[in-house]
Amino acid sequence: MQPVIAVESVSKSFGAVTAVNGVTLDVRPNECLALLGPSGCGKTTLLRLIAGLEAADRGRILIDGADMTHAAPYARPVNMMFQSYALFPHMSVADNVAFGLKQDGVKGDALKARVQDALAAVEMEALAQRMPAQLSGGQKQRAALARCLAKRPRALLLDEPMAALDKHLRERTQFELMALRKRLGIAFVVVTHDQSEAMAMADRVAVMDAGHVLQVAAPREMYERPASRRVAQFFGDINVWSAVVGLAPGTVDIPDLRLAVRIPAALPSAGSPLSVALRPERIAIARDPAPMGDCSVSGTIEDAVYLGMTCTYFVTLSSGAVVRVTAQNGEGAQTFSRGDAVHLSWRPAALTVLAA
Amino acid sequence: MNAAARRRAVLTLPWLWTALFFLLPFAVVLKISFAESQLSIPPYTALFERVDGVIVGLRATLANYRMVFTDSLYVTAYFSSLKIAAIATLLTLLLGYPMAYGIARAPASHRVLLLVLVMLPFWTSFLVRIYAWIGLLRPTGIINAALESLGFIDAPLALLNTPGAVYLGIVYAYLPFMVLPLYARLERLDPALLEAAADLGAKPWRAFLHVTLPLSRPGIAAGCLLVFIPAVGEFVIPELLGGPDTLMIGKVLWNEFFSNRDWPLSAAITVVLLMVLVTPIALLQLAQSRTLRRA
Repeated sequence: MQPVIAVESVSKSFGAVTAVNGVTLDVRPNECLALLGPSGCGKTTLLRLIAGLEAADRGRILIDGADMTHAAPYARPVNMMFQSYALFPHMSVADNVAFGLKQDGVKGDALKARVQDALAAVEMEALAQRMPAQLSGGQKQRAALARCLAKRPRALLLDEPMAALDKHLRERTQFELMALRKRLGIAFVVVTHDQSEAMAMADRVAVMDAGHVLQVAAPREMYERPASRRVAQFFGDINVWSAVVGLAPGTVDIPDLRLAVRIPAALPSAGSPLSVALRPERIAIARDPAPMGDCSVSGTIEDAVYLGMTCTYFVTLSSGAVVRVTAQNGEGAQTFSRGDAVHLSWRPAALTVLAA
Repeated sequence: MNAAARRRAVLTLPWLWTALFFLLPFAVVLKISFAESQLSIPPYTALFERVDGVIVGLRATLANYRMVFTDSLYVTAYFSSLKIAAIATLLTLLLGYPMAYGIARAPASHRVLLLVLVMLPFWTSFLVRIYAWIGLLRPTGIINAALESLGFIDAPLALLNTPGAVYLGIVYAYLPFMVLPLYARLERLDPALLEAAADLGAKPWRAFLHVTLPLSRPGIAAGCLLVFIPAVGEFVIPELLGGPDTLMIGKVLWNEFFSNRDWPLSAAITVVLLMVLVTPIALLQLAQSRTLRRA
């Protein structure tokens, strides 16, 4: 299937700073792709490169198979929803929505009908004659969305779409956006620094850091099989330990845990350094030793954080290493407090082997 | 003093200033405009007839106003001034807008320097700068001499004492008053709005026409008023750069006041001029308050 947007080895520098460094990425038809990364990782620059608001130094950008690397923004069949929404303050909501259509020469009844359709899609018909200054944050976002959708773009580019909304509105808006996307059948590219937002909205997530795409995968795969230490650390909470491949075949020595673990994965030759990662919720915590397979360590609770649905414990081992453990709160769940001696255990399959 | 009282005090200051330095002198001018000219000091009749310090009668005449509105000299001078000021304002706008736009879009580190350059002429006397233009434009001036020595012309061009020289002088002298309010407006324009326009399919000139231009309208209005109003009453530029055929009300006023010593007529000309100028300001105020109400 031909990708809607194909980014091929694209680089972009601002003076001495390389914002996007040799990025190759496909956006598939009808998918929602999230560009996730810390601020300054190049995700917004990549989005602006696709929109044509920045010119690539190297590489190609194809939209629907056509080379658009040097096309002006107004010639590209994609539309962008700006973080600030960038609604024209001197035009009503309806005029804002009509603006893009007028540029395409849509006139008269056809124009009216398409503005109406776009406003209906985001339930903003009643506010069509309002000026942007008279709208709430959520209404502004929907007006900006309608303005993009009216153009019937091949892909919609969203720059931090939830950043200007308060927390309550965010979750509802995420669902609404996704429902709208499925109904319209267009691809979304969403820039976000919020991992939970990326997980909630995206079919696939591209994690970016320092101008590079580190990994592109579905949220679940990204969470359970991160490709690198950096991805693992950015995508949710995780324990990462340095380790060495053991002499016995299929084992790994983890000095921090004072443990040699049998790992059901292909390993490099004995003595090679690597990292082992373990999600905090995959660890069982108990007062009594309750071995699950051969992975069990003991330690002392250093800190306990109650988070409602879960508790997060920081457990200090005899080696001095601190392990993060997340336990569900619920009927009959054991709780621990600072200073308690506890046993931690997990299944070997829960461990992820990463490059050192 | 509490905050509200302080606020009131601060707001009183501009009113006090206006009352003292505008309304009061204007009341004097208004009074003189109803008097009759006579050979005395001051050279006009008193408005109130007094006998032993007691006001016994009012001697007001509308003759001066009748004169201003019926004598074709004054009417022509008003219209000519308005026309010259309007054309000069338009020219200043056409020159000032790209300048202000360029400064607003320049890298932030360059902007201060560019603004200083715009304001630099203010550091020299206005009169000296207009005299400098005489030196440039006169038949034996620098421009004619240069053109002649390069062989472009055989005889000096008539540059000085022409309507063109008056327009040049006004545009030159008032350009900063156009550039500064336009710059203030354009600098605040969110670049994302132009990016959004481009993203929605607008070619640069359409984005300018439908986004930049409407959003800079308050700057255009402010700049045009700041140029138009003083230009209508301009005296020095038409006097020094203009020819005998350049009729402007400022020049007429000067003649009536200093050459003919007809203070009441001069006062009437001034009052009518003020009324002519207040109209566009009032219209602008109305338009602005309407935009404010909409926003």
